Amino acid sequence: MPAADMPHASTMLEVENVTMRFGGLTAVDDASLSVPKGSFTGLIGPNGAGKTTLFSIVSGFLKPTAGRVSFDGADVTFAPAHKLAERGLGRTFQIVKPFAGLTVGENIAVGAFLRHHKRADAETVAETVAARVGLADRLDAPASSLTVAGRKRLELAKALATEPKLLLLDEVLAGLNPSEVRDIIPVIRGLRDDGITILMIEHVMQAVVSLCDTVFVLAQGAIIASGTPREVVADSRVVEAYLGKGAAARLTKAEASDA
Amino acid sequence: MTALRPYLPVLALGVLLALAPLLVTSNVALNFLAVTLIVSLAAQGWNLLGGFGGQFSFGHAAFFGVGAYASAIWQMRLGLDAWTGLLAGAAAGALTGLVIGFLAFRAGLRGSYFALVTLAFAEVFRVLANSSEVTGGAAGMLLPLRIGAGNLQFSDRATFLALVVALTVLVLCLVQWIRGSRFGAQLVALRENEEAARALGVDVLAVKLKAICLSGAITATAGVLYLQYFLFIDSNIAFGTWISVEVLLAAIVGGLGTVLGPVVGALALHGLGELVKTLVGQLPGIDLAVYGAILVVAVAFLPGGLVGLVRRRPNPRQLRKARPEGGPA
Repeated sequence: MPAADMPHASTMLEVENVTMRFGGLTAVDDASLSVPKGSFTGLIGPNGAGKTTLFSIVSGFLKPTAGRVSFDGADVTFAPAHKLAERGLGRTFQIVKPFAGLTVGENIAVGAFLRHHKRADAETVAETVAARVGLADRLDAPASSLTVAGRKRLELAKALATEPKLLLLDEVLAGLNPSEVRDIIPVIRGLRDDGITILMIEHVMQAVVSLCDTVFVLAQGAIIASGTPREVVADSRVVEAYLGKGAAARLTKAEASDA
Repeated sequence: MTALRPYLPVLALGVLLALAPLLVTSNVALNFLAVTLIVSLAAQGWNLLGGFGGQFSFGHAAFFGVGAYASAIWQMRLGLDAWTGLLAGAAAGALTGLVIGFLAFRAGLRGSYFALVTLAFAEVFRVLANSSEVTGGAAGMLLPLRIGAGNLQFSDRATFLALVVALTVLVLCLVQWIRGSRFGAQLVALRENEEAARALGVDVLAVKLKAICLSGAITATAGVLYLQYFLFIDSNIAFGTWISVEVLLAAIVGGLGTVLGPVVGALALHGLGELVKTLVGQLPGIDLAVYGAILVVAVAFLPGGLVGLVRRRPNPRQLRKARPEGGPA
């Protein structure tokens, strides 16, 4: 890497002490996390922990109350969403946002138009991306005709068509049945193999364990733990965040009495 | 050849309109065509912003009137010529679009709020034009009769109609080109979902501003043509609600966000209006009642407008593909 002498040359995304308040509610509380280039990082936490809010801050849809976000070596704390997309940050939405009145191909082409000004080029990229996520045979179908699984794939395809360096995936597996999850996991793994850095919010632990190198756990707006997936699920603070205070101790006791 | 294919319907319509004066020579018919096409041109401006961009304006009279008055002032107060007046009118329309767009879109106004702001601008302009001296006040402005191509005044209607047809086709080609361009794709995307568009790198404010400038310029051009045709404007014609309503009706009835929609819609509306007038006699306002009825029918039964009736009828194979995968047939 030519920029190896720079201090953060190996960091794709750095979130430093970010706080987000909505009136009296602190949605994100002094959260910091770091995503190395080429890594696959997970962000987990109970419902309402502030994961999606943190994503919105990172992707430029919200301005944080305090803290700093840097992406690929540049401070982007107050950069608007479209500028971040130009810089190479792609995101999907937890509640999918297809362009319902357009075809699948046209949907993906909007993303491809970011880097390709000619329609023919954008359409070629859209076809390639569609093939990659398994929508190749539905290019001419209206986006509104897709099933939930199809819409999740489209959400992924639109973001991919912008040719991102870093991809933020917000629960792309939620709402899918186990066989659909099995089908899409290799697609996501393939992206990482292509050199795209990935940060994903996910509740499906099977996927988190099989995909992520590092996991950050957010609870009530604060990062409470980080490490490999196995370290994190064994962490008593994490267990308590999900199951309530004292749960970890009770579990250990129950296991001990079973033995 | 393939690059020209999307333009074939536009060019076919252009040829048809250009040949019309050979088929019908009555002044009534030529007058009907000229006025209808001027309205359709204004409607194309509305459709670019409202149909493609999803930003519904209730006050496109603001642009129509600015175009007409700018050209009238250009000629009568500044003593400049009519052809540059056409350009000045279009430029004034674009500038007005920029100002209204900057104020409304920067503040994040959408939907009915944006519609109300445009309506307010048109009304303010109407009141100003009605009281200001430079616009001739309530008496309006009467262009001195100076027949000659150099003054954009023609003794026979067919020649003027040819100019209107030429501009109509030019704008149709422009809109067709926009439809296939990056700008067009981004405009449609923000209509469908602004947040999703932003996430894909669309600068929503810039795209909306571009759209409202173009929209304003096109509708203002129609205003200049109106002035050159009737050689008279006053504040109630130039900034009246009639034009705001007609352009919106033409675009919706013809087919929102389609290239041919505004022309088809304007022809259908005015055609039916004239038909009813001759059938019922000169009942004042009967055409407006007809427009209202047509709008209700169009909104209820023709979501794609008249153009949607013939265009893109999905063939059975595509329909099968369009069904949710794995879903019941």
